[in-house]
Order: sequence, then C-alpha cells, then structure tokens
Amino acid sequence: MSELVLEARNVNKYFHDPVTNQVLKDVNLTIEKGVFATVMGKSGCGKSTLLYILSTMDTEYEGELFIDGVNMRNRTEKELARVRNEKIGFVFQFHYLLNEFSVIRNVMLPGLKLEKYSEKEVEHKAYEKLKLLGIESEALKKPNHLSGGQKQRVAIARALINDPLIIMGDEPTGNLDKKNSEVVYEIFNELAERYNQSLLIVTHDPEFANRTHRIIEMVDGAITNIVKMK
Amino acid sequence: MKIKLIATVSFSLMLARLKQTTVAAVGVTFGITMFITLLSFMGGLNDLLDGLITKRSPHVRLYNEVQPSEMQPVDILPQYAGCHNFVSSVKPKNEMSEIYNSREIMNTLKRDSRVSGISPKITVQVFYNIGSIDFAGSINGIDVDAEARLFSFSDYVTTGNYIDLKNTPNSIILGKGVADKMLADIGDLIQVTTSKGERVQLKVVGYFQSGLLDLDKVQSYASITTAQKLLGESDSYITDIQIKVNDLEMAPELAKEYASVFETNAIDIQTANAQFETGSSVRTLISYAVGITLLIVAGFGIYNILNMMIYEKMDSIAILKATGFSGSDVKNVFILIALTIGVLGGLLGLLFGFCFSMIIDQIPFVTAALPTIKTYAINCNPKFYIIAIIFSVVTTYLAGYFPAKKASKLDPVIIIRGK
Ligand SMILES: Nc1ncnc2c1ncn2[C@@H]1O[C@H](COP(=O)(O)OP(=O)(O)O)[C@@H](O)[C@H]1O
Ligand SMILES: [Mg+2]
Repeated sequence: MSELVLEARNVNKYFHDPVTNQVLKDVNLTIEKGVFATVMGKSGCGKSTLLYILSTMDTEYEGELFIDGVNMRNRTEKELARVRNEKIGFVFQFHYLLNEFSVIRNVMLPGLKLEKYSEKEVEHKAYEKLKLLGIESEALKKPNHLSGGQKQRVAIARALINDPLIIMGDEPTGNLDKKNSEVVYEIFNELAERYNQSLLIVTHDPEFANRTHRIIEMVDGAITNIVKMK
Repeated sequence: MKIKLIATVSFSLMLARLKQTTVAAVGVTFGITMFITLLSFMGGLNDLLDGLITKRSPHVRLYNEVQPSEMQPVDILPQYAGCHNFVSSVKPKNEMSEIYNSREIMNTLKRDSRVSGISPKITVQVFYNIGSIDFAGSINGIDVDAEARLFSFSDYVTTGNYIDLKNTPNSIILGKGVADKMLADIGDLIQVTTSKGERVQLKVVGYFQSGLLDLDKVQSYASITTAQKLLGESDSYITDIQIKVNDLEMAPELAKEYASVFETNAIDIQTANAQFETGSSVRTLISYAVGITLLIVAGFGIYNILNMMIYEKMDSIAILKATGFSGSDVKNVFILIALTIGVLGGLLGLLFGFCFSMIIDQIPFVTAALPTIKTYAINCNPKFYIIAIIFSVVTTYLAGYFPAKKASKLDPVIIIRGK
C-alpha cells in the first residue's frame, strides 16, 4: 500500500445560518500519493465545503483531518497557513491572480513566502513551472493581459511552485471552454502520470472525471460511492 | 527576506492606488508642515517676547522696600503685651531703600559659585526740566560694564555709544521718549531736579530704547557715580543688586536664601514675570493643539484609504491567505502601507516645515518698539521636529492598525464563496 497523503475521518459540518443544516455527513476519505481523484455531485451537495475543510482554510468541523500523517486539529492559524503554503496547491474556478504583479511574480509569491529557496532559485523554479504549462513566454506580462485559459494555467503554476503534496481544485475548468478544459486536464494528467502528483479535483464534467484514477460521488453531503478507474 | 516580501506586496498595493496613497501622504505632509511652522513661529515669538523682559531682567534682585517697622514702640512695652495695639506712630524712614553693607554683600556674591554675575544699581527719582515745566521720571545709576555684559545694555542704546556713559563724567543716556519730549540731541546739556531740590546739568551721550514705550518715556541711565552724586550719597550707596545665576531654575530658591542671609528683599525672575510665563505656555499649548488636530485629521485620511484598499483588494487578501500567508503577514502588509505613508509624508512635512520657517524668518518685521528686531523670529528647536516625526508615525500606525487588523481577520472561505 502506497503512502497516505490526506485522510479525513468522520468529518461532519454544520451551517447554522439561517437554520442549522448539516452540509457534510460523516465523510471518510483517503488520498494516496500519485492518485488523481475527482469529486462529483450535484450543485449544493457540499463539494466546495469539503474542499475548504480538507485544505485547512475552514476549521469549523467535526472529525479528524490528517495531512501527510499529521493531525490538523488544534493548530494555530499560523501553522495552518504554513501547511497550506508548503503542502497544498489550490486552484479555484476563478484564477485569483494579483494584477499588480507580473505573471512570474504571481507564481513566485507562495515560493517566496516559503523561505526555503533564495529569490533567484524561486524565480528559476517559477520559470520551470510556466514552461511545464507552456506559458513561459507570458512570464513578464500582467495577468489582466492574458486570456482566461492562460490565467488558469498561471494559477496552476502558482499552485505547483512549492512542489505540494497535493493539488486541490474547485471546478478549475468551470469557467473554461472545451478546448481549454482539455488543456487543463492534460496538464493534471501529466502531473499525475509523470510526476506522481496527487490531485483532488471537483468537477461537473463527466468526460473529465472518467479519465482520472478515482471518482468520489457525493449526494447531499455524504459520499455515496467511490469508483476506482485504474 | 520576509520583510522584503511583505514590502513588495505593500508597495504594489500602494502603486495600484497611487493617487489615493499620495493624497493620504499629502495630508500627513500638510499636518506636519503646519505643526513645525506653527511651533517654530510661536517659539520664536515667545523667545522674542520673553527676551524683551527676561533678557533684561536679573534672575534675582536684592532691594530694600520702603516699609514700616514691624515692631512699633508700643509693642515693646511689657505692660501692653497681650493687648491689641493699633497705635503705629513710627513711619518708614527714607534711607530704608539703601542696601546696607552693599560692598560686603557684593563680595560674598562674587565668591558664590552659583552666581554668574552681579550688577549694582541705584534708582534715582528726578524731574526732567524742559524750560519752565518739569516732568517726573527716574534715572538708573548702573555699572556700565556689568550692565552691558549681563543685560546686553549696548543692544538697546540705539543712538550714541553706550561706553561714553562710563567715560564722560556727568553724562546721561536718555530714554527715547524722554529725549523726544525734551528735544535733546546728543551732546546737549539737559537739566534735572533731584528729589532733594538740587538742579544738576547732565550731558546727553545716547538714546535708550527698551521696546516698552511707557518705560522709555520716563527712564534714563547714568553711571553709578553720577547717580550717587545726584543723591549726594557716598560711593557705597546702592539700592539694588541685580544677580544672574548659572541655573535659572534655581533662582526662586536663591532669592529666598539671599533674603534671609543678607536681610534684604529679594525677588526672582519667575515670580516677577509670572504673567509672561503664562502667555508663553498658552501660546505653545495652542500651537500643539492645532498641530495635533491636523495630524489626527491626516490619520483619518490614512484610515479611509486603507479601508478602501482592503475592500478593493479582498480577493488578493483571500488568495494570499489561501496560498499560505498568515493573518499577521496580511496585517503587516497594511501596517507597512500606513507607516510608509506616515514616514514619507512626515519627512516631507519636516522639510516643508523647515522651509516655511526659513521663509518666515526672512519676512521683515520692523517696529519702533523693538529696535533689535528686523525680521520675524523663528525657533528651530530640534525638539519640535522629533515630536512631529514621532507623532506622525504614531498617528499613522494607529490609523493603519485597525484596518490592518480587520484585513488579518478576513476569512478567505467567505470571500472565495462569494464569487
Ligand atoms: N456560509 C453558509 N451559510 C449557510 N449555508 C451555507 C453556507 N455556505 C454554503 N452553504 C450551504 O451548504 C451547502 C453546500 O454548499 P457547497 O459546498 O458550496 O456546495 P457545492 O460546492 O457542492 O455546490 C449548500 O446547500 C449551501 O447553500
Ligand atoms: Mg462549489
């Protein structure tokens, strides 16, 4: 059995506004190294909520969360920030690039925050990531001069900069057309196959999901089925 | 490394909102400029007005007041002890204004290490004679050298040479007002009548202008020997001993000590000029209040721009947090923005404040009352600059702290969900 990257045990989540509403129901989930998994389910079934919890951004839940074998309970806000910085790469539906910075700078920011490599090294790594995603020629442009597909690729490069344990995506292709969605799929697939990268991606696109290692199906806040493809 | 990263994020946010950032900084600059200019100007004015009085005043003055004897003869009689006495037949004597043993006292004072200089004085009441009319006035008999050294006597002799007073026998330096009234030119002989009825002729060697018009209309100066001659007294006759001490703050204490040791009256400069102290401190207080108000207004400007920035850059804050920046990193970003605005604006303010002060220092300010003043006075006390910069940093820090705190508490999940 290969090593566990992420494990959720009996995760429950309630919202109390306007009335108490259980959004996640006893979610158990494990992701091993190199696994490319997708989460599918109807809109409003709790996929995003689950992802925010798994990425340590949301700390108000019941149950246990282990990242890289470490329990995430009772960690300070600073420690969790560090975990996100070092171990998790997040890609959202919206790109969230900072227009004040050039593309390369955007990619570098989490790397500079990590303080593991010098600025020169971080810059070099950022170029590598951009090259991997085929947009190194855009490195010095401002993000608002790029197309939607290019922006999302920059966001992926940013998620990759610290060589994270796992990449999480909340409908990263949701805003993209067919062609660009395909490009993003190819990138994720290559990362999984070639670099043994773990990925957990929320998607509505069955064509996307069907070509991954594992499909996690959710209904009304509970995992109903896990389909292993390979 | 970390500071550098925080700084790059801060500066990029400021550049993105360059106009508002500049406006906020200009607010601080304006506040500091006004603060410095106002305080320097008020400081200069205070010095000028204080100088008018205090530079010319002894720190401690010894004198004998004409006062009735404390022991009336009836008090001495044993049979009336315990009774209420209202018979006071012994009136004060004229000679009481003389300081007895003046030579001894002066020698003792000269040896006192706390004293930086002394100058004896005699006040003589006279009538100036102009043709057939007389008008009352006084002549100060002074030790010319000591008076020049301790009280810048020479600065106030606007016409003629002050040293002639010492070198020419029976000479007088007239108050400007007196001279105008008597139509007396330099070199003229004028006539005064002493309180004993003697008429004396004195040679005018200069005019004196103290800046206090009323004073200049009655007061003139002569050498101490001339004054003694006017009164027909011996060369040990002195009515005042003016003392300058090394430490001004010690003056009240020394006044008390000398009063008891020498058995004379003694008054210190603080007591004698209490009203000037009050005026100065009120003026200073007003300047501080205005300056600080301006800075607080500038602080609100910074508070506004930061709140706006945070509102506009919500997404950026969310992604920074999602990618591993902690709440305190985000807080530091905004505090750094506030401090940058505060320090840059503040330093510019110091510079402008200094320039304005220098300009005011050049503006002519000529008044007959103040012969030694040619332009407005400015006090460039470094204290003002230090207070100003500390205050600008503190205000901007406080103005930045609350928005920054808010930014650090923003929940990225809520922002990202809101999309
Ligand atoms: N802040 C909130 N307060 C109350 N209910 C919420 C809040 N955020 C989400 N929900 C509810 O939780 C459920 C799950 O939402 P979400 O995780 O965004 O679903 P999905 O991503 O699968 O579309 C929805 O029914 C939504 O209305
Ligand atoms: Mg969602």
